[in-house]
Amino acid sequence: MTYLPKPKFRHPSLPRNRLGFTRRDYEGTVSTLCAGCGHDSISAAIVQACFELDLEPHRLAKLSGIGCSSKTPTYFLGSSHGFNSVHGRMPSVLTGANLANRELVYLGVSGDGDSASIGLGQFAHAIRRGVDMLYIVENNGVYGLTKGQFSATADAGSKSKYGADNNDSPIDMVSLALQLGATYVARSFSGDKTQLVPLIKGALAHRGAAFIDCISPCVAFNNHSGSTKSYDYVRAHNEAVNALDFMPAREAIVVDYAPGKLEEVEQHDGSILRLRKLAADYDVHDRIGAMTHLQRKAAAGEIATGLLYVDPEPTDLHAHLQTVTTPLNALSDAELVPGAAALAKFNATRR
Amino acid sequence: MSAPLVSTNDFVVKFANVNGSGSASANQLFGRIVLRMGIPATPRNIFPSNIQGLPTWYEVRISEDGWLGSRGGVDLMVPMNPQTWDQDMASIAPGGYVLYDSTKPMPEANFRADVTRLGLPLTSMCNAAYADPRQRQLFKNIMYVGALSALIDMDVAEAEKLIGEQFRGKEKLIKPNVDAFRMGREAAQQAFDCPIGLRLRRSDKVGDRIMVDGNGAAALGAVFGGATVCAWYPITPSSSVAEAFTSHCRRYRGEPETGKRRYAIVQAEDELASIGMVIGAAWNGARAFTSTSGPGISLMQEFIGLAYFAEIPAVIVDVQRGGPSTGMPTRTQQCDILSAAYASHGDTKHVLLLPEDPKECFDFGALAFDLADRLQTPIFLMLDLDIGMNERLCAPFQWDDSRRLDRGKVMRFEDLEAGRKFGRYLDIDGDGIPYRTLPGTHPSKGSFFTRGTTKDAYARYTEEGPAYIENMERLLRKFATARSLVPAPEIRSAEQPTRIGAIHYGSTSAAMAEALDMLRRKGAHVDTLRLRGFPFPAEVEAFIARYDRVFVVEQNRDAQMRSLLTIELGIDPARLIPVLHYDGSPITARFIADAIGREAAIVPFRKAVS
Repeated sequence: MTYLPKPKFRHPSLPRNRLGFTRRDYEGTVSTLCAGCGHDSISAAIVQACFELDLEPHRLAKLSGIGCSSKTPTYFLGSSHGFNSVHGRMPSVLTGANLANRELVYLGVSGDGDSASIGLGQFAHAIRRGVDMLYIVENNGVYGLTKGQFSATADAGSKSKYGADNNDSPIDMVSLALQLGATYVARSFSGDKTQLVPLIKGALAHRGAAFIDCISPCVAFNNHSGSTKSYDYVRAHNEAVNALDFMPAREAIVVDYAPGKLEEVEQHDGSILRLRKLAADYDVHDRIGAMTHLQRKAAAGEIATGLLYVDPEPTDLHAHLQTVTTPLNALSDAELVPGAAALAKFNATRR
Repeated sequence: MSAPLVSTNDFVVKFANVNGSGSASANQLFGRIVLRMGIPATPRNIFPSNIQGLPTWYEVRISEDGWLGSRGGVDLMVPMNPQTWDQDMASIAPGGYVLYDSTKPMPEANFRADVTRLGLPLTSMCNAAYADPRQRQLFKNIMYVGALSALIDMDVAEAEKLIGEQFRGKEKLIKPNVDAFRMGREAAQQAFDCPIGLRLRRSDKVGDRIMVDGNGAAALGAVFGGATVCAWYPITPSSSVAEAFTSHCRRYRGEPETGKRRYAIVQAEDELASIGMVIGAAWNGARAFTSTSGPGISLMQEFIGLAYFAEIPAVIVDVQRGGPSTGMPTRTQQCDILSAAYASHGDTKHVLLLPEDPKECFDFGALAFDLADRLQTPIFLMLDLDIGMNERLCAPFQWDDSRRLDRGKVMRFEDLEAGRKFGRYLDIDGDGIPYRTLPGTHPSKGSFFTRGTTKDAYARYTEEGPAYIENMERLLRKFATARSLVPAPEIRSAEQPTRIGAIHYGSTSAAMAEALDMLRRKGAHVDTLRLRGFPFPAEVEAFIARYDRVFVVEQNRDAQMRSLLTIELGIDPARLIPVLHYDGSPITARFIADAIGREAAIVPFRKAVS
């Protein structure tokens, strides 16, 4: 049950990160999702990524909407403030939170119903504003919590567990994010932790709008033949464009790959994204090329995954709004209130 | 046949113009000159849902007695829009005057025998003086103000001084405007016997009062109240709140060293996102607000409920207007009282602030942020189009520099470090208000997960009934605390003891004051209570109990405040008599006095007491 915390005892030899935290310090309460749910793997990947990044748990805020995916923030980062908001509206709440304090790391967790249907507008506008965040969609193509209705990311031609056909065109969140100007765009699979953890780390270090579409099979309602979001289907059709290693700036970089196969991208915070190319000639800095590649792969029935696009020097909403470096929630009365003398002057202009 | 009206410092001038013809600044100039002469004047814009081409009116009520409400009727009409000529002529009181453009000859049937005709060939004068078509249009407006200055004996020196102030920074525009003003004035002096029966005489009744619009005042209040995040979506009549906040912030909120901004203003994609951003920002400790009107309140319902249950501060400025769609929305009403008070699903009720004029828009605008933080709940600042979008004479704004922003119950790092007990929804002080922490405060203490209702006092997930009830009861205690924190009602006793009371609120105030005076002169005495906040402070119930009959005067069809009074105070509805004005125009003193007079079995007033 969600209100049951995990037991606190831990093995004394559990590895600790630079802050002295163990992996267990990044966990939350016990998950109430179905056994085998892809979302639990994503939660585990978030825990792993934050642990490895030496992130102070309380300096991250986790926000979600409504749905199975949006329940997961209870299951990781128990020492972080969390906000389970309303259906499809997490992006606006996250945007406001980010405006109030630009110093925290913001993690928005959503699902395909929450972001592609009811919340499509808010998703789009948060991305196009360049809110500094990691926005993860845990994408299973189905409404789990209301028991198996199609979502807007379900592929045309896929079948529901009960045999209904989906005739509507799917919404591809990755293509949308690219078109709307996200500066870090990736797709991954909950069953591929090796791929997912570095992508999350790179995104958390990114200082702009980072988006990860993570296909996350629903074992209860969308893991049958006829589904294009099942474990088997995704494993069989996964076409990664690259493999990412994430390195914080302070670590020495050892190159041991053949030239031409490896690209290193330094992000604004000094962290390094080391990419081993798997698709020939895939350029991770070419937004239009990325969109074309996605469309081609989709037409061939394949799912392009990996780091699909990155702008290492992104701008964000605060830069656009020219806000001060001090978080707005930390400004003093003297910095906020113009005072009686200013008001007297104002009055004089209105006589 | 009525004799021409004769009145000094007490009449109504109305301008009929075409939207987008540049008349607004000339009309505004007219109103300002009257004020500079020390005579109270109240302008009102009557405008369509349109940018260019449709009719628009600007009405200035001049009242040495200081009545600021709409009076109704017109004494001097300036019809510059041929489209509305007939209706404008018809609106003039018997014995009134019309100043018009006589360039084109008009059939006799277009005029009234009981209205004094003052024709000047304004168009041909302009065409002779200016070559540029835009200039011809703009200066025609200034020219008729110049003509009026002769007709009603306005102070020319004040006029020319004001033109200079208006074009400060654009000095080369001063002379052409002054020239046009003089051209109109001299033409009137030559053509007519000036001044006419309606005239101005310098007075000292304006005092230190200022002239400002309620939307701008509320926005300035938000600056003084420490608001740093504004998220909004354009909607008439509230857009000028966010626009004024933007310009006030540019002036007052730049970081001197860097020029960077100590504020963030986002024009959101819709009202849902606006309130979502406000809630996110306030959850994270910034003071945040949105401004909207009725349809926006409808769209925000779900989020408002979340903020109520999750106990997140939010300030919502609602500039009320007539119904949905376009058209009536550019007219005034007080029609969102119930939808704001009970906004959202589940058992919810919200704090309302009810300003009467721009001064209270400013005061309550600042106060709203303290209340939101103190009560950790949405606060509605209920303006309406009449006080929001019109300039109104009001007391100058004041600020006490020793005042500190009340951030409410927030546990800081030091509190948590010192081992203070923290439960996000735990009522420690008995006032129903729990402590909160802000994200990022402490590495190991004070974090919590924010949800709607499904939680216990420590913000842990639970679906247990008793925990739900405990929380809901505490929210009621918190609402009771709010009764003593909202502004107290303003109670006024009549000259003589009476068994009749009247309750009113918001922009009705100006008309109400004048109506009481009319009633008093008829020997009808009425005690009044002006509501300034909801939940209702204890005085409201006591006031109602004191009278045989209590009128509730408001500007909506369904007597919304009366409903709120009966529901919340358990009052027999039969004791509260509704007086309802809702045609989209501002309520008038005559309307109120007639309605109360009729109901109170007093002989109704003669019509058109001017």
